Amino acid sequence: MSEFLSTHRADIAALLILILTGLFIWSIYYGLRRTRTLDSEQVFGDPERTLGGWFWAICGVSSLLLVWFYFSWGTARAFFPNAANEMCQVAKIDEALSPITSKLPYGDRYYKSTEVLVRNGQQLAVLEAQMPADVYSNAEQKQLFSILERNQQLLAIYSDSAQQSPSTSADLDAIHLRLTGLSEDIDAGYAGLMPTAEALAQPRWGVTDSEIPMLPVTARGVLFDNIAQQSRVIAKDFIKVRNLPDVAKVIISDVKNDIANLKEADKNYTGSEADLTSRKAYLKAVERIFKRLDDGAIFPAAAMVQINRDIIQIQNSVKGQTQGLRLVDALFLPGQGVVKSRTLCVEQGSSRWLPKPTDVVAKFARLANPNLENGGGYKGTTLFWWKWLEIADVLAFLIPDGLVDMLPGDYGIHNDDGEFVKTYKDHLLAIAQGDISLGVIPMLDGHIWDSVFRVIVAMAFGIALGVPLGIYMGVSRFFKSFFDPLIELYRPVPPLAWAPLILTIFGIQDDGKIFLLFMVAFAIMVISARTGASGTQLSKIRASHSLGATNRQIIRYVILPNALPEILTGIRIAIGVCWGTLVAAEMLAGTTGIGFIENVARTVSDYELIWVTILIMGLLGLLFDIAMRFTISVLIPWRGKG
Amino acid sequence: MTDLSCKNLSMTFTNPANGAMVEALKDINFTLKKGELLSVLGPSGCGKTTLLNMIAGFLNPTSGQLSFGDQQIQGPGVERGMVFQQGALFEWLPVSKNVDFGLRMKNLSSSDSEKLVEKWLDIVGLTGFGDTPTYQLSGGMQQRVALARCLVNDPDLILMDEPLGALDALTREKMQSLILELWKETGKTIIIITHSVEEALLLGERLFVMAPRPGRIHKEYNLPFAERGLKESLRDIKQQADFGSVREEILTMIWDMEEEIMGNV
Ligand SMILES: Nc1ncnc2c1ncn2[C@@H]1O[C@H](COP(=O)(O)OP(=O)(O)O)[C@@H](O)[C@H]1O
Ligand SMILES: [Mg+2]
Repeated sequence: MSEFLSTHRADIAALLILILTGLFIWSIYYGLRRTRTLDSEQVFGDPERTLGGWFWAICGVSSLLLVWFYFSWGTARAFFPNAANEMCQVAKIDEALSPITSKLPYGDRYYKSTEVLVRNGQQLAVLEAQMPADVYSNAEQKQLFSILERNQQLLAIYSDSAQQSPSTSADLDAIHLRLTGLSEDIDAGYAGLMPTAEALAQPRWGVTDSEIPMLPVTARGVLFDNIAQQSRVIAKDFIKVRNLPDVAKVIISDVKNDIANLKEADKNYTGSEADLTSRKAYLKAVERIFKRLDDGAIFPAAAMVQINRDIIQIQNSVKGQTQGLRLVDALFLPGQGVVKSRTLCVEQGSSRWLPKPTDVVAKFARLANPNLENGGGYKGTTLFWWKWLEIADVLAFLIPDGLVDMLPGDYGIHNDDGEFVKTYKDHLLAIAQGDISLGVIPMLDGHIWDSVFRVIVAMAFGIALGVPLGIYMGVSRFFKSFFDPLIELYRPVPPLAWAPLILTIFGIQDDGKIFLLFMVAFAIMVISARTGASGTQLSKIRASHSLGATNRQIIRYVILPNALPEILTGIRIAIGVCWGTLVAAEMLAGTTGIGFIENVARTVSDYELIWVTILIMGLLGLLFDIAMRFTISVLIPWRGKG
Repeated sequence: MTDLSCKNLSMTFTNPANGAMVEALKDINFTLKKGELLSVLGPSGCGKTTLLNMIAGFLNPTSGQLSFGDQQIQGPGVERGMVFQQGALFEWLPVSKNVDFGLRMKNLSSSDSEKLVEKWLDIVGLTGFGDTPTYQLSGGMQQRVALARCLVNDPDLILMDEPLGALDALTREKMQSLILELWKETGKTIIIITHSVEEALLLGERLFVMAPRPGRIHKEYNLPFAERGLKESLRDIKQQADFGSVREEILTMIWDMEEEIMGNV
């Protein structure tokens, strides 16, 4: 079932898109009609006018989803499932021809030869001007000038069509003919071509991690794939073509000799160390330029004009075969379309970082599958599931070993018979270390639960310690003045700034993260409880004094309930801040949790996973907030009416 | 005897910001016998609330003596109940829990307190409202709850600081009758502060008119209207000739005071 859904995700998306488009249009139509009647009932600015707009909510959600589908190329995949595969074949041609096109204005504005010529010509002039005359003898200087001079000559020879050797011309003509042949092949069309069985068996677009299937699945794709293969061969031959007239060869071997002589001279040089260094450096610079010129890769401009035209012709032929495809590309594939990298065809555009909605759902389903052996969960932990928890482990977590150490009496020792005699402390230690079996209880488990658990524990400690302290700070001069500086000093520090320190002290496991979150929750709880407590109406306090309440009773029965709205609001804020901090802390360290998943996903650029975690975090945060708002409305019905 | 006596009572507030001194009260002397009904009237800022707060024990006088019965007043106590202008109810508790607050603080058994609460809710006319949240009550009902909450503790002295100030005229008249009834039936000593001359006349067996700067008792009256109010309708009393003449006298007095204050400024 899930397998079927997974392979047919494009079809499901198509259905969804149709439904969403329908909803979108209907909601606008319905909304406009309702607006006419509803808006006449209240004057502008009446808050009632904001109520009851569920149809606009539908409109908003459906347009958001449609935008998501569009920019993630989900629409394209739903309705043109083979488009990416065909574009991949076209991209293959581009890639195969790139060794040629990169030397031509077609791919690079200027001829490669032009660029090399200009750049090296300038550098030769610079070298000539910078020659360190004081470290060379006159003869050597003359020789160096001559080398530079001959380099310039080489440039002139290479650029001259008249001096180009006949073999070079023949090679280029052959390339030209083969490229023309390619154009003709493309123009001949793809009638009779068939995709291979292997190609048809490929997973569909986006179903596996390698986004776009590589082998052509359409006849047209097969044509382009063939062309790409031929192009690759031609390109290989093209880059072997050299422009080395005999005159140039002579100059090259002379210069080579001269440079070798100068090197030899450096070896026997008797001058100062510094002079030798500058001689070597200069000679190296001269040789570097020469090495760029001695391989005959510079051609006269006229020699390449024809090749450039051939490439344009090929591209035109491709365009002629792909009119519909290019329309799809322009309309439904925002971005640069499909690009072939070394081994893959990749989506180049917003869809690179914005996965398709259906893929996100599929990813989530894979993650949510509790069956770890079957590819479910993530990095050995389920997303949200349950497990058996050893009660002994919980006790061991709660009872520090040191507590047992502090108890009176000694641990057991061995007696003369070589037996270990246990005392009560040994038994207690076994409990503190979790070395006994006390049975198991079912317990929630998984990345989500790990994250939630950390927040819950930290909040529990934060509330248990923060609220009493806050209340006392609200009523006692000592508590307020003593603790205020402490809390006000650590509170404004962004929680994550503490993280490196806390994680070092408490470790990267739960302890450290829980303590970090506890710090966050504690400060917020103290401050909200204090605000609530000190905000108690004086008349209520006075009334309870007159009614015979003791100080303790006033705190318990008047100040605490009076502070409850503030405290609950504090909890709501604290949960939100904890949630944000936690995810960031999990990104820093740890092996479980939502933030951990996102961090790993980031390092492997798994954008689907990143979006899944983002959505989970958003939904959980929303869930917390809704739960808290509900709690507040149930616990504090007098809110705003007191 | 549980008389309230006040000897040379003075209260001076110091503004902590600029050190300015305000003589809220100066040399107040009076004795209030058990069962008397005293109303206090005066322009705002003449120290009425300060006086009441000191009697309740919320403030300590700068000088002078304040005793209730044979005890010096030191801090709040259950024998002196207070009703505030805005009720000061605990909005997180329903009506009955507000009323039995004092009893719970004393750890009275719940069956006893239930009976007491029922009785007092009956008396103040809130039968059946025990489980209603206080924030759902009207202003007049809230003041009734505040009254019941105070009376259930059986205080000897009841202090009321403008208890009816925020109520509409009709509710106010009903509450005035209720206070008179309670006074008669329980025989408690009551001090009631008001800024309404009519209310002061109707609810005062004795009446202090206070003057500001420094706060002092300007004039004292002994009035027959409270006794009358137990038998006749309050509206009738307001029509009577002697009521009208005292009212005019006091109004003139307060007008003069206000004028003086304005002139001074
Ligand atoms: N806590 C205080 N600190 C400083 N001045 C106060 C304080 N309470 C009252 N006052 C001043 O004492 C005077 C009497 O106040 P109050 O008793 O509230 O007057 P009343 O209740 O008659 O309107 C006023 O001038 C007021 O500004
Ligand atoms: Mg006042």
